[in-house]
Amino acid sequence: MKKEGASAKTKFFKPQTRKSFITYAMVIVAFVVMQILSSGGYISSMLTGLLVPLCVYSILAVSLNLTVGILGELSLGQAGFMCVGAYTSAIFSIVTSETIENVWIRFPLAILIGGIIAAVFGILIGIPVLRLKGDYLAIVTLAFGEIIKNVFAALYLGYDSKGVHVSLKSLSNLNLEPDGKLILNGPQGISGTPNDSTFIIGAVMLLITLIIAYNFVYSRTGRAVMAIRDNVIAAESVGLNITKYKLVTFALTAFLAGCAGALYSHNFYTLQASKFDYNLSILILVFVVLGGIGSIRGSVIAAIVLVLLPEMLRSINSYRMLIYSIVLIVMMIITSNEKTKTFISANTAKFKALFKREKVKEAE
Amino acid sequence: MGFLNNLINGISLGSIYAVIALGYTLVYGIAKMLNFAHGDVIMVGGYVIFTCMTTWGLNSWLSIVLAVIACTLLGIVIEKVAYKPLRQATSLAVLITAIGVSYFLQNIALLIFGEKPVNFTSVVNVPSIKLFDGQIVISGETSVAIIVSILIVVGLSLFINKTKSGRAMLAVSEDRGAAQLMGVNINRTISLTFAIGSGLAAIAGALLCSAYPTLQNTTGAMPGIKAFVAAVFGGIGSIPGAMIGGILIGVIEILGRAYISPQLADAIVFAVLILVLIIKPTGILGKKISEKV
Amino acid sequence: MKNVKRILALTVSAALAVSCFAGCGNGAKKNSDTIVIGCSGPLTGDAAQYGVAVKNAIELAVKDVNDAGGINGTKLSYVFEDDEADSGDKAVNAYNALKDNGMQVMVGTVTTASCLAVIEKTKQDNIFQLTPSASAQDVIKNDNCFQVCFTDPNQGKGSADYIAENKLATKIAVIYDSSDAYSSGIFNTFKSEAEAKGLDIVAEQSFTKDSKTDFSAQISAAKNAGADLVFLPIYYQQASLILTQCKSANYNPTFFGCDGLDGLLSIKNFDTSLCEGVMLLTPFAAEAQDQATQDFVKKYKDAYNGETPNQFAADAYDGVMVLAELMKKEGITADMSASDICDKLKKAISDKDFSYDGLTGTGMKWGEDGAVSKDPKAVIIKNGAYSALTADDIAASTAQ
Repeated sequence: MKKEGASAKTKFFKPQTRKSFITYAMVIVAFVVMQILSSGGYISSMLTGLLVPLCVYSILAVSLNLTVGILGELSLGQAGFMCVGAYTSAIFSIVTSETIENVWIRFPLAILIGGIIAAVFGILIGIPVLRLKGDYLAIVTLAFGEIIKNVFAALYLGYDSKGVHVSLKSLSNLNLEPDGKLILNGPQGISGTPNDSTFIIGAVMLLITLIIAYNFVYSRTGRAVMAIRDNVIAAESVGLNITKYKLVTFALTAFLAGCAGALYSHNFYTLQASKFDYNLSILILVFVVLGGIGSIRGSVIAAIVLVLLPEMLRSINSYRMLIYSIVLIVMMIITSNEKTKTFISANTAKFKALFKREKVKEAE
Repeated sequence: MGFLNNLINGISLGSIYAVIALGYTLVYGIAKMLNFAHGDVIMVGGYVIFTCMTTWGLNSWLSIVLAVIACTLLGIVIEKVAYKPLRQATSLAVLITAIGVSYFLQNIALLIFGEKPVNFTSVVNVPSIKLFDGQIVISGETSVAIIVSILIVVGLSLFINKTKSGRAMLAVSEDRGAAQLMGVNINRTISLTFAIGSGLAAIAGALLCSAYPTLQNTTGAMPGIKAFVAAVFGGIGSIPGAMIGGILIGVIEILGRAYISPQLADAIVFAVLILVLIIKPTGILGKKISEKV
Repeated sequence: MKNVKRILALTVSAALAVSCFAGCGNGAKKNSDTIVIGCSGPLTGDAAQYGVAVKNAIELAVKDVNDAGGINGTKLSYVFEDDEADSGDKAVNAYNALKDNGMQVMVGTVTTASCLAVIEKTKQDNIFQLTPSASAQDVIKNDNCFQVCFTDPNQGKGSADYIAENKLATKIAVIYDSSDAYSSGIFNTFKSEAEAKGLDIVAEQSFTKDSKTDFSAQISAAKNAGADLVFLPIYYQQASLILTQCKSANYNPTFFGCDGLDGLLSIKNFDTSLCEGVMLLTPFAAEAQDQATQDFVKKYKDAYNGETPNQFAADAYDGVMVLAELMKKEGITADMSASDICDKLKKAISDKDFSYDGLTGTGMKWGEDGAVSKDPKAVIIKNGAYSALTADDIAASTAQ
């Protein structure tokens, strides 16, 4: 029955359109339900507090999925791009909080600035990095993420009547005048970021991210990127510019991660660079892998489940991280083992290609 | 003198990274997976030695032997339970499982040994060497770490190139399918790899905790990452590469901290890694991967 | 792939259902018989030891208050949530979980990073916050937040003043954790005060969270600069490593530290002869001979496998005791809202006539700015125990 219904609908919609619209509808329904529940005071403060972070992590997972799932390259630098977006947007908001008073102008601008600067970083990093392959690319992106984190953690920034002061050593090396304003305080990070992030903005951003992601995947560029993923040599031989397409995907991932970072930094009063370490990158990668590599909807669902899980386990305090780790291992074994039943192949490379072809079929 | 001191300290740190990196490189070369939990096996090794020496009062040699046995068994168990079901899965799936195992080990250690760091009694009782009227001091831990890492590299190279099981490992790393056709027992070879890698982790734990005598459940995480970087740096899969990578990372870290900026020492290490990989994409001693058309 | 999605979909719906139920049960969860104290701190991860110390001390203090009759007959209870010392969402999650558990007063958070993440939330919700150990200046910028511990700048200034006044050294090296707010906070004020007092800082060395075991580069820099005093505004684990590594590098300066160094003597299996002659300014010393400290240390050791309490535990214990005192005075009852309690306690704690004699100081008073005024004790480690720093000790250390 289901199948018939599905094929009947495809007369009106392309399957990919249907697929993306189901995801949009899920997000909208979830948003409306949560909004109604929270306005009625039916949800706990914990869940209310989690609403924006859930959007942030979902956006991060979807954007990383573009690099990991669609481009097929393992990136462990997502936290670094998020860090860039978070810091730059927070600095922008603090500096302009008096000149641009309207939140509806200032905050979107801050998000855009965070995203664009992260994308610039993405391109700068991408040019050398994308020459590498596989695990080497993974370790280099991890290294870039750690460099960004370390530099921001050592950065002191302030301004006074004499102009902007920057130091990488200590507060006193900044030579800030007493009436100057300190923006970045080294490891103590930024404080005083206006709390502009709301669930509505978060949900809208998530929706925009999904629209961008789906349209990217089904666009000409997206198909080219998938062709590169499945067979570089074949793609090259039909005249695709490998570097360009890789870079576009990488920059888009960085842009969305930067936007998510902006949303994140404006949800909290303070921000410290130590938050954006490799563990965060790995966490986001876990969302992508558990949600199904290449599945955009899966990324959102996995992000939500895995962010909620440790919070739901709070009542068993000291065991919760232990249980989280066991769940991770067990879920991985269950999900990946069933795949292995379907694809029996001794050769890992062959297996990878098979798996990805299957994905493309499913995506179409 | 200051420079020489820093250099010696760098080599000392580097040889510990090298021993850890050997474990990474071995497992990666044969099982083709990033064993993120390797650093945490080091921590387990440290705790086993600590328990043996401090709680049970055993002597250091016996403690190290027990730790090597315990970690070897742990390595085999982890491989059987968590990684073997995923033998055919994507490398990403295995990576995530490895991360899960890493969290698991950290949290189980937290429950068993508590959250407070303990002070580790050095297993080394070699006197330190003083040169130039005490201006340069080479501690016992440093000399032992350097000697042990060289011994391990030589021993491991001999094992892989000269023994039957060693050559089986080499064959599996070259071409798993072909090796199987030639009668190599893949599962046993991979188990053996994990056993050796984890045994090395116990030794690395002994060296690490002796040189930097503190131990808590997250002790292994950062050295693990650094050693992984070292393994990539030297060319992952290559045994002499791991040694060279480890030493270089250690020296760069210490010199960067001493002469450039302590805050940015880690950033410098990572920046050098990126430079090396961009110039030579498979690491210093890495094999060139030929593309099949 | 279908299966993956099915499993995930099931889990998510289950999780959401659970969370909704948790939300609905929110009102009922609050125990109306007791006044609920909430605290968040790291119970897992790198900083777990600080969170556990505070949790234990709060448990002990709550029990003591209740055994002594509670707050005018009403019992206290406490909830503790794990924030992993995170500076963002996890800290806020822990705070929200506390609120869901009916927290009326907050004794927390344990670490500065988490505290900075929640101060605006407690301000919005108007919850009285007394942090035992988050020591940054920014923590107390709102009028509802007070500290039991010293503010970082005070410690840095105090140390520089002490070193200058007693002429402990002429050439000073500092080794601090540049990735830690506590350590870099002390360092920054120490440096400016030292310059003002004419002290010569010959080496500024730092380390980060990711490289906190190897100090060889920092030590050789200090040694080569000829520093005769090394100032260590750091925690005791790293200090113990620095002491060990200085010994193997054949370097014997005077060591001077802040309250973070307390705990050196209680590290399991540590060769305490290495810390002979270490000087520190600390409000609490577990080896102090006064009755209150001895009682507390004994109780703590009995309750938690013979662990020696550190200054985190002492600050937390004092925090709960101060609260209990204030609550008794203000007649706080279990059915009062957090906001009402906050308004009363805010006034009561900064009242000129209120002072409290606790483990971490006598005559502790709070200003409206939220900072505590108490005197740090300068102590020196001699024969494996703390003793008050005397002129003779200073003469002996400078003669070296």
